[in-house]
Amino acid sequence: MSGWRHPSMGHMIDRTSPISFSFDGTPLQGFQGDSVASALLAAGPRVLGRSFKYHRPRGLWGMAGEEPNAIFDVQEQGLGCPNQRATTLPLRAGMALRSVNTRPSAQGDWLGVMDWAQRFLPAGFYYKTFMALGWMRWEPMIRRMAGLGRLDPAHMPAATTPALNALCDLLVIGAGPAGLAAAKAAADQGRVVWLLDEATALGGSLRWRGGEINGAPWAEFANATETAVLQAGGRVLTDTTLWGAFDHGSYAAWQRRANAPDRHWRLRAQQVILAAGAIERPMWFANNDLPGILSAEAALHYLVLYGAVAGRRILLATGNDASYPVAAALAQAGAQVILADTRQQTPPAPQGVRHMPGATLSRAHGSRAVGAATVDGHYIDADTILVSGGYTPSVHLHCQAGGKLDWAPACDALVPRPGTAPMATVGAANGAFGLALALAQGHAAAQGAGPAPQATAPAWGLAAIRPNPQLRGRQWIDPQNDVTLKDVKLAAQEGYSAVEHLKRYTTLGMATDQGRSANFAGLAAMAALTGRSIAQTGTTTYRPPFVPVPLGVIGGLRRGSAFDPPKRLALEPQHREMGARLREYGGWLRPAFYGTDEARAVQSEALIARKTVGLYDASPLGKIEVIGPNAAALLDFCGYVPMSSLKPGRARYGFMLAESGIVHDDGVVLRLDTDRFVVSASSSHVASVRMILEEARQDRFASKDVFVHDITCNWCTLTASGPAARALLVQAGVLAPGSAAHALPHMGVIESQWQGAPLRLARVSFTGDCAFEISVPLRHASALYTALDAARTTLGGAWIGLEAVMILRAEKGYILVGKDTDGVTMPHDLGWSGPRSKRQDPYFGDRALFTAEAQRPDRRQLVGLVTPQHTPLPTGAHIVPNSGDLHSLGFVTSSYYSPFLGRPIALAMVNGGRDLMGETVGVFHLGERMQAQICAPCALDPKGERLNG
Amino acid sequence: MQQFPCPFCGLREETEFHFAAEAGKPRPEPAAQVSADRWAAYLYLSAAPKGEAHEIWVHRSCGEFFLMTRNTETRAVLATQALPGRAGE
Ligand SMILES: [Zn+2]
Repeated sequence: MSGWRHPSMGHMIDRTSPISFSFDGTPLQGFQGDSVASALLAAGPRVLGRSFKYHRPRGLWGMAGEEPNAIFDVQEQGLGCPNQRATTLPLRAGMALRSVNTRPSAQGDWLGVMDWAQRFLPAGFYYKTFMALGWMRWEPMIRRMAGLGRLDPAHMPAATTPALNALCDLLVIGAGPAGLAAAKAAADQGRVVWLLDEATALGGSLRWRGGEINGAPWAEFANATETAVLQAGGRVLTDTTLWGAFDHGSYAAWQRRANAPDRHWRLRAQQVILAAGAIERPMWFANNDLPGILSAEAALHYLVLYGAVAGRRILLATGNDASYPVAAALAQAGAQVILADTRQQTPPAPQGVRHMPGATLSRAHGSRAVGAATVDGHYIDADTILVSGGYTPSVHLHCQAGGKLDWAPACDALVPRPGTAPMATVGAANGAFGLALALAQGHAAAQGAGPAPQATAPAWGLAAIRPNPQLRGRQWIDPQNDVTLKDVKLAAQEGYSAVEHLKRYTTLGMATDQGRSANFAGLAAMAALTGRSIAQTGTTTYRPPFVPVPLGVIGGLRRGSAFDPPKRLALEPQHREMGARLREYGGWLRPAFYGTDEARAVQSEALIARKTVGLYDASPLGKIEVIGPNAAALLDFCGYVPMSSLKPGRARYGFMLAESGIVHDDGVVLRLDTDRFVVSASSSHVASVRMILEEARQDRFASKDVFVHDITCNWCTLTASGPAARALLVQAGVLAPGSAAHALPHMGVIESQWQGAPLRLARVSFTGDCAFEISVPLRHASALYTALDAARTTLGGAWIGLEAVMILRAEKGYILVGKDTDGVTMPHDLGWSGPRSKRQDPYFGDRALFTAEAQRPDRRQLVGLVTPQHTPLPTGAHIVPNSGDLHSLGFVTSSYYSPFLGRPIALAMVNGGRDLMGETVGVFHLGERMQAQICAPCALDPKGERLNG
Repeated sequence: MQQFPCPFCGLREETEFHFAAEAGKPRPEPAAQVSADRWAAYLYLSAAPKGEAHEIWVHRSCGEFFLMTRNTETRAVLATQALPGRAGE
């Protein structure tokens, strides 16, 4: 218990509004305005979690997304959210925090034994050991021990995050001094600026470091910037993390809002300025992961914003000037401060601070938290160690956008190479440390008019600090993934010295903090171990997201039925009214059957359709108009069965192939006139068939000689099928006895009028019975339904769902492309070899029908199966030899019980099947062997007499 | 998210487009005179160049196929144009 709350400091918190929360069951108190991290720091508990691999005690390190340790499962209002970062989470009343990687708690974690075993657990240990022992057996145990938080299965966050698109002239990422200067310079010239910052307020490091701009407190400049941006039509978004830079200058930002759904922004800008600041580096010494060791910058942040003081006896170890104001502020707040600087030449010591120039911290002491330290061989009593190993510019977004980096010795950092990414990087993100420099760079990058905003704080000095491989004791490089300097040495020894290999071998930088505080040390250590420069060693690839973004934010509103919305029938209310069970078929929500007992309903519907008449909604059936003098030529090229010989008023069944010769779709083409066709593509293939036609049209034909027009969704089609189909249409007033339509032959098409509406009648049959497809424009769907339904009632017919239609078509051996065919089925496999042997003109897929593979005699062919048993064969069962070994000869593709025939029927694809007619084969399914006889696919009315009703 | 300039509609997001074919790869015809190797090459051998690529894409929103020259490495779009004989109709 070393952290404490200063009696007066902390302008973010409201001391009149205390907030109760708990950590691992212990009740604690903070204030309105606290972050979870600041509340915990002030409340005192130091061990906030355990490390991933060794279960070492870990405490708070940083102040934002770089935090590797303070990660919790948070329970709020009975719902759990895993892996929340304390540093970026506002404190709310009633929050119950639970540490991760711990059992049962962070204080008393029995897996801490892993730390004693550490010498046996070098990098690659799990992989090397358990791959040899049989990974499958050990994986569950290892997974239980590892992993961060736990998901709460009861918590499905609402899909409330909208995705919003926005354009602007200038996007400024980061509202610290450099970002403010850029935004103001551009807004002052009337440009539309979007200024984003992940913190709750503008100012960046100015918020805790303070400073004057143009001779006035910095907040005045920040307010003036916000006013200028808003006046010029721009936006200022705080609590908004720009998490990814994507192709062609697009960006994604996650905006968090109190008491309102988050927002997900997709941004594009004429110009982008990255002013993301820099992240403080740790230092490397023995036990540098103990709780109570914090970033010096973070300690100042917590002190000034929240009055949370990191400790009472503080050792601050540094090598740069930026730590001096930190030491001064802490001493002024009432802590004892010792300032150990690696440099001999330093700024003057702040008042009340014990100064140790030229001193190096080599070890921290303590078991569960810091108790003391060794500096240059001196034992120093300290309850808190603050460190500053320098600053790493936040170049992530520059690199995500493809940017390259250069080593800049002056700021001891890798900085963006100008011109390599579509953005300018300014301020600390560019290695420009110091207020005056940041303002100047921001102003210049936005092409500001006049002089840049002025500040007196100049650039500051720093010494390079690196991990020292000679030092005794374990030095932690990546605290979140438990990577030590020894692991990096081992990687180098074993030849994994390329940074991408180092990362994968040790898992360096692969944790949820993405190695913000770790990557630099890892690559600096590898550079030292291999005698290369940091520039030669390089960096790993930066990828989005910059911080963990909830999947619910990225998914947005597209959840459930909104993820891939089905197409809906115009008559859906009527179908529901009749008790239809709706299912998705090829992207359409269609009646599967009517009633509640599926098995009985389907059988009954299929039987009534054979005995009297069945009505079904065939509106999703494709209706692609092909119009123009070259319409027939286009269809001839795109189809397997030629359509130019089709007479107007007639329909013909055909196939559309892929260029590889496989059957892409089947269906009927109607010729309404010499230059007007309608292609009835299957409902799930309408879009692809239209595209095949469109591509051929644009590739091969003069564009005004033929047009392709998809009107599927503009028309309602109801199909009447069965012996009483014609009678039903007469009764409904659709067919007038003695009219041409009444005498329409099978495969005839006619356009007429019904109740003043255009009506198209096609006598095509997917059932083998006399059937009429009746199509009217969508606005007449309801009237057509009413007329047909009334007639159905008097004739004893039934509405039938898709499941019954499946039985009817299978009885006739009619295929469903994609069910009875697969990615190798060609038309001659289905018995349609005429065009293949006769056609000389080019058509889509022609050459592929004559490859060696296409000509094999043992290709899988469509057959029917008769089984002696009473239950249908399982769909998907393998066809095997009737006796002997069990190699597959094909499989059952469709299988049903036919109520009309009173026996099971099945279709199958079998190797050389047409030569096996009448032979008995085995049918093998899940260890069970059955028998069946191969027959023709058509099980009902092979002569087609029923077609005439 | 990439953006492609459709020659008919202007700059649109990549989700509105589909790749259609490599440009300059005419369909071998008549089938009877096309060797198996030539057909296989037409169907399956793609140049997939690193750098400048000439491709045919379709803007699904308007249904028009067009030529696009782009750099597959930097993803820069270098040029788009309507298919021969289709511009300005
Ligand atoms: Zn277009």
